[in-house]
Amino acid sequence: MKGWLTAAGVLGGLLLLNGLFAGALLPGVAMPPYLLQVLCLAGINITLAVSLNLINGFTGQFSIGHAGFMAIGAYASAYFTVTFGDRLRAVFEFLPEFGRDSLVLLVALSIGAVLASIAGFFVGVPSLRLRGDYLAIVTLGFGEIIRVFILNIDAVGGARGYSGIPKLANFFWIYFFAAATILVVYRIVHSSFGRTLVAIREDEIAAEAMGVHTTRAKVISFVVSSAMAGVAGGLFAHYLMYVHTNSFSFLRSFEIIIMIVIGGLGSISGSVLGAVLFISLTEGLREFAQYRMVLFSLLLIVLMIVRPQGILGHKEFVTFLTKRRRSIGAAPGTTGTG
Amino acid sequence: MTTFLQQLVNGLSLGSIYALIALGYTMVYGVLRLINFAHGDVYMVGAYVGYFLSRRLQGSEPSFVSALLVMLGSMIACGLLGILIERLAYRPVRREARLTLLITAIGVSLFIENAAQLVFGPDPKFFPSLAPSADFIVAGVRLTSEQITVIVVSFLLMLLLRFFILKTRTGKAMRAVSFSLDAARLMGISTDWIISVTFALGSALAAAAGVLIGMQIPKIDPLMGIMYGLKAFVAAVLGGIGSIPGAVLGGLLIGTSEVMVVGYLSSTYREAIAFGILILVLILRPQGLLGRVHKEKV
Amino acid sequence: MRFRILAAVCLVAALATTLSCGSKGSQKEIVIGEYGSLTGGIATFGISTRNGSELAFEEINKKGGVLGKQVKLLVEDDQSKPEEAGTVVTKLINQNGVSAVLGHVASSHSLAAAPICQSNQIPMISPSSTNPRVTLVGNYIFRVCFIDPFQGAVMAKFAASTLKFKKIAILVDVRSDYSVGLQTFFRQQFRQLGGEVVIEQSYSQGDSDFRAQLTAIKAANPEAVYLPGYYTEVGTVVHQARELGITVPFLGGDGWDSPKLWEIGGPALNGCYFSNHYSTDDPSPLVQKFVADYKAKYGQTPDALAALGYDAARIMADAIARAGSTDGPKVRDKIAETKDFPGVTGSITINADRNAVKPAVILKIENGKFLLVETIKPEAVKL
Repeated sequence: MKGWLTAAGVLGGLLLLNGLFAGALLPGVAMPPYLLQVLCLAGINITLAVSLNLINGFTGQFSIGHAGFMAIGAYASAYFTVTFGDRLRAVFEFLPEFGRDSLVLLVALSIGAVLASIAGFFVGVPSLRLRGDYLAIVTLGFGEIIRVFILNIDAVGGARGYSGIPKLANFFWIYFFAAATILVVYRIVHSSFGRTLVAIREDEIAAEAMGVHTTRAKVISFVVSSAMAGVAGGLFAHYLMYVHTNSFSFLRSFEIIIMIVIGGLGSISGSVLGAVLFISLTEGLREFAQYRMVLFSLLLIVLMIVRPQGILGHKEFVTFLTKRRRSIGAAPGTTGTG
Repeated sequence: MTTFLQQLVNGLSLGSIYALIALGYTMVYGVLRLINFAHGDVYMVGAYVGYFLSRRLQGSEPSFVSALLVMLGSMIACGLLGILIERLAYRPVRREARLTLLITAIGVSLFIENAAQLVFGPDPKFFPSLAPSADFIVAGVRLTSEQITVIVVSFLLMLLLRFFILKTRTGKAMRAVSFSLDAARLMGISTDWIISVTFALGSALAAAAGVLIGMQIPKIDPLMGIMYGLKAFVAAVLGGIGSIPGAVLGGLLIGTSEVMVVGYLSSTYREAIAFGILILVLILRPQGLLGRVHKEKV
Repeated sequence: MRFRILAAVCLVAALATTLSCGSKGSQKEIVIGEYGSLTGGIATFGISTRNGSELAFEEINKKGGVLGKQVKLLVEDDQSKPEEAGTVVTKLINQNGVSAVLGHVASSHSLAAAPICQSNQIPMISPSSTNPRVTLVGNYIFRVCFIDPFQGAVMAKFAASTLKFKKIAILVDVRSDYSVGLQTFFRQQFRQLGGEVVIEQSYSQGDSDFRAQLTAIKAANPEAVYLPGYYTEVGTVVHQARELGITVPFLGGDGWDSPKLWEIGGPALNGCYFSNHYSTDDPSPLVQKFVADYKAKYGQTPDALAALGYDAARIMADAIARAGSTDGPKVRDKIAETKDFPGVTGSITINADRNAVKPAVILKIENGKFLLVETIKPEAVKL
């Protein structure tokens, strides 16, 4: 019961905010469009970061090809909308404008997610048999191969980019999916399957010895993660109205890695924090764009030396708030005071 | 037929460059089990150092001596850069988890690329002519003096490296460290020093590659190291990471197949070739063509 | 505990920086935005265009500005990346509140940004994007140069009729709408005039090694090679071609026009031709005064991009003046009505497709100089 109430509350809140920002509720009070764009990009990044954290942070597999799945989601959903969107709209003429828009968006995103997860499967099965560095390089390679193949498909603009995508994504839908991603990952992690993943992360050989189907578990988390990346990609395409394969290179994958590493690899709220920090600093430092990446890379190196677990490590925001109640097995003399 | 031979020559000269860079990857991986993502960027710095040095030497007649000086200067500078990177970024995290090492390497790579864009400017620069240009026609195939220089110099350097590894004491120590770091230390080898030497050697070779490419192409830009570095890494894996002759073989194979695909199929698949080969190798024969299988003890 | 505070501080600081950046123009000035590539592989295009616009607005401001207000030009760099073009234009429109937008040279970038201008009802004038699709985006998008169906045909006519070539190879940049479009139109016209394309090869903007493609081209034995790319790659391509023993001339389009072309390609470029918008050899007093002013201010001879940037800026200012306000729809209508505007690149009339119909020139490269060889009028080419 409590779950449904929270969900309804979140949804309602998002709808309210969306209306407010678009200036539809209180005339004259609208969010400056530039700030709204930053918020929306942050939301997309949150989805990307949280989904990547499922593989990298919770399952301990080093995948640096995430941008490839984002690309598939972006291009597949965009192609659907551009080619079939109007026909779909015609069928559902009785719906109001925003209803039709949302319907097209949802169908497009689903297609993007499904195709991305299929790609995730085909990438995951051969790659996840490898360990550590090799896995990293293979995922990087797959990401690049996906990008190069899309580059050669003329129907989606090929090397010139895909333009003319209608702007169907808005604040509500972006944050709806961000919240959904957080929810899905949270539920996975706090289930027995999630414990399997953590076991794989901690010691894969021991887990295998204990009877865990490691490859199967890894592939499942990979597929789920890539589906969510596909959704993020679709939202990206339907927000910016133009996509180019340049936006999905391994630099993009590295950016997502930076987000989750800064936030903390095993922490969902860490990824959210990392994503928001990253986009804020990116936009905030736009005037000093050349220094931005220098700063980020330095930050990354220093962080690895000083605090490799990132800001939140394995903890979540919640643990800080409820610390007093969770000190199971605390040292004598400190019980109840955290 | 002459076209095919010409493409082959093109492939060999490109492959020699990959081979030189791949050697650095393979040596560092051999001793530290670390994929030094920043290696491709050292290659880029080598090209830039060569650029600035050759600008200095301009005015004097283009000759092989000046070309040699430029290359030596760049190799020394980048050797030092390699040691610096190892000291500052990799040594503090050497004992950490592999993931941490990898992320650090990515961080260093991004840092060098973006710092180079700041310092050198993001626009491409063009290498001035160093050695006098001449063309030779052999069996209908045109060989430029630049191509010959690249192939000959690369092979000389690789032979020198092989001699160093096999015949000198330091070389033997490097082989020991790549076999087992802890055992080597127990035997009294100063592992820190050996690791620094490894980095220095690898970086010097990458710098040589950078200068050679500058003489050939002649366009250089701060992001040139990314793709060349990645493909050279693929070459190292293809040949068997940790194996020096493997790196050379891998480099030549990758270079030649890339040129063939571009010449006979389409240039847009250029990047996909190297990665495609990588994936095939890792699935079918993960130890590479000349590598040994590592049994992992638990 | 420390890190929770640290995280919070970072968050607040980041949000604060985001909120504080950007400035809106004051009511006392007219703010016009320009987006171009000031860094990267096509940097000279953006820099030249910006110089041209700056010079134009400086002259206009000296004479009292437009509608009594001074004109302020805000230029943003998209780093030669088309996906950045959309982002910077969004920033110009939303954060800086520009009344109109000038740009881009490269058609891919124009195509990325045009939908944003169109949906915001901000008029956009491209000084030199020649791909026909740019103005098809919407009725707020204009250009002051000719389009590629004409440009491709011009070079085809020159190659077939003047140089009397029958067999040509094509080397196209698949990353650029401009290059892909231009070679399509060239090919069509060249075939119509009885010529044959013996081989087609491709490369990507940003590549530096073209020997594989050039070797294949050499094997096909063409009489010339059509290379409708941008100057950075063009210089490198021709340089490598000569090394491989390809001696035939290379032909190109206005993407060759850059002071850096000779620096990159060197003597390999001697005897090559390209089509362009104007030539500094034009004796008309308007052109010569522009060349002199530009040289005085920037120390360089203006290339076609600078000249078009100059013309585009003046037409924008003129339209605002005729409209009597900076209101988007009103300015748009006045731009569309531009007729016989005296530009340094020729007399500019905006037609119903929002393009300019102008003659093209063929330039020959000889020892670092671009020499005017032929002027081809629109009527001379059967489209």
